[in-house]
Amino acid sequence: MVLAMAWGWGCGRAPSSLEGAPFVPTSEFVVLAHVPAVDRDVRARERMALRQALARHAGQLDVALQLARVNIEVARARGDSRYLGRAQAALAPWWDLAAPPPGVRLIRATLHHARREYAQALVDLDAAVKEDPGDVASWLLRAEVLGVRGEHAEAARSCARLTALTSPLEVTVCEARVRSLSGHSRQAHQLLAEALTRRGHSQEAQTRALATLAESAALAGDASAARRFFLRALALDPHDADARAAFADLLLDVGRAREAAVVVIDHAQDDRLLLRRVLAENALGTSRAPELAQALARRFEERRLRGDGGLAREEARFALEVEKAPQKALRLALAAWETQREPRDVRLLLEAALAAGEPEAARPALDFLRASGCEDPVLVRLAERVRSVQP
Amino acid sequence: MSSVAALSLLLAVLSTQAQKPSDSYLHLSDEGRVISGRWDVSLLDLDEVLGLDVGGDGAITWGEVRAREADIRRYVLGRLALGADGRPCELVTRDTLRIAEYTDGAYAVLAFDARCARPFTRLDVDYSLLFDSDPQHRGIVRVSSGDTDSPLVFSNSRHFAQVRLRAASPWRMAGRMVVEGALHVVSRADHLLFLVALLLPSVLRREGGGPGETTPGFASALWTLVKGVSAFTVAHALTLAAATLGWVSLPARFVGVAIALSLLALAVDNLHPLWRGTRWAVAFVLGLLHGFGFASALAEWGLSAGSLTLALLGFNLGVELGQLAWVVAFLPLAFVLRDSRLYRRAVVVGGSVAIALLAGFWAAERALGLGVPVS
Repeated sequence: MVLAMAWGWGCGRAPSSLEGAPFVPTSEFVVLAHVPAVDRDVRARERMALRQALARHAGQLDVALQLARVNIEVARARGDSRYLGRAQAALAPWWDLAAPPPGVRLIRATLHHARREYAQALVDLDAAVKEDPGDVASWLLRAEVLGVRGEHAEAARSCARLTALTSPLEVTVCEARVRSLSGHSRQAHQLLAEALTRRGHSQEAQTRALATLAESAALAGDASAARRFFLRALALDPHDADARAAFADLLLDVGRAREAAVVVIDHAQDDRLLLRRVLAENALGTSRAPELAQALARRFEERRLRGDGGLAREEARFALEVEKAPQKALRLALAAWETQREPRDVRLLLEAALAAGEPEAARPALDFLRASGCEDPVLVRLAERVRSVQP
Repeated sequence: MSSVAALSLLLAVLSTQAQKPSDSYLHLSDEGRVISGRWDVSLLDLDEVLGLDVGGDGAITWGEVRAREADIRRYVLGRLALGADGRPCELVTRDTLRIAEYTDGAYAVLAFDARCARPFTRLDVDYSLLFDSDPQHRGIVRVSSGDTDSPLVFSNSRHFAQVRLRAASPWRMAGRMVVEGALHVVSRADHLLFLVALLLPSVLRREGGGPGETTPGFASALWTLVKGVSAFTVAHALTLAAATLGWVSLPARFVGVAIALSLLALAVDNLHPLWRGTRWAVAFVLGLLHGFGFASALAEWGLSAGSLTLALLGFNLGVELGQLAWVVAFLPLAFVLRDSRLYRRAVVVGGSVAIALLAGFWAAERALGLGVPVS
């Protein structure tokens, strides 16, 4: 209810339709952009100090690694991927090395993962865990990347390697996430719910556990539990764009578009979340919908201009649900399928194939579901529909 | 690295990103005399390398941006090198800094001219903005007269490109010169007044003293006029070619004064015929003089010997077309009005007197070197 009222008042940031036309601001005091405030923000100050230190003496690996880490944190907190590029810049002397010094591989893999360049991320992660089998973060990221690519068994093995290295909750989150990705969300849900009843978890582990719990509840078809967990997870960590997107998807699925719009309203800079906003406004038939859809289409165009195919999944969904162009959606969904196989990708491919009247094009998704023994209701039902119309 | 350090980063490590990365948009267009450029660079990127937020409050204001305008220009333009067939072009700032909105916020808009040694057929672009601070940065560069319509994408690993200019084709150049010639006609005051002075009495039969009392047919009026403007074009083609090829040259001030005087003579002839039936000859003389005036404008285009002949032809054709268009637009109007007292007295006499006065003023001004001589 409160969410719905907030939606009624706030317009969020609707990108201007006058994009590109140059103008002279009317006053000296017009604020044109926001950056981290060095006089208030501790991390911004730390970042500045590290940059200055590195500028004075280039080639200090520890300083460079720390600067890269801070940049990655800022990228996440501000939702600004420029900082990922800046993290890469900090590691410039080591970036292209085939065998970089310790620490560089994890950062490199993190940046590749963030850009959905999973194959490149895996090269570094495989090497990183070989060089240091006690490297928790690399094992975790490796499990995540493998899981997203649909290599569930190998992902589970990566989680298992964590057992002696980190807290039980961390291991459980890792395992639950893989089960959820492979279509066994009810199991994942049970594992996590049980683990969370025990006390003494770190803030990060707990936050991540809640987000994973929420996503698996949503996939298992328990919307009200999922909603509860998403709200808690986002309260603990409002910067989790993946959880926010999944929450908006859940709300859209259960016909609560108004709430979905509110969840993503202040996050128009993130293309995934702008997509959810467009879907919500579209479902509501608001006057803002066309303008927002245009803005998103422009983002896709800007990506294409720079030769970036990383948003194929979002573009496919946009084509399917907003542009009503099922052929285009199917083409893009198949392109996305090459790199990632999360439940969202499976669903998209099935839906696009159905809409395009080419159920046989969904064959890879059907095979994938059969191989992983998927039990999650939405995907199971969708797969049945596709099979029923297949020749 | 210790596991603890990695763990503190855990959430960030596992997150994916879907925000717009850093791009700049550079548009280069061949204006003939110069390559004009417009470069849009994000303020977020400029802040990273130049520290625009001097106040440290996290808000970049227009005042803060403007205070650093010179630094921004130096930084940005210093990271673009253009070359014409291998010879470096000089980048010169044009206009003040402006702002444009993109989907990811405000960008600084820098306008500049690239002065290149002409003629050339290949533009070399070396783009090195921001790659050192963000290797994921891309420069999206459009060259409007380049051989491809799709933009060039410059990256850390590909920061140099060569673009063949389509305008280098002599035929295309000639096509542009047609447009340029036509525009020249309607954008120059003395040329327009020449056309007015020629047009005004053409719909009236000219008898002994002053504007005539009987009226010629439309075809006859049109013929008189076309003869006049074509005589102008032929004459102007002759001197333009002679001057452009360097055979003849006259001082600019002399040409300016002579143009004004010939315009004065034409206006006086409207009031009191000086040359019975030979007005086209006046137009011819005026055309000869104008040809010298155009030559300097054409020189700025830096045409190659190969394309010069076609360009000259194109320019002359454009002038003729521009004049004919003007005739077609205004002759019917004058023809309809010609029997009215208003037209005969106020428009023809009044107009010619005004033109004569203005031409006399120009002649004096140019002779004394007060105004700017016609180019």
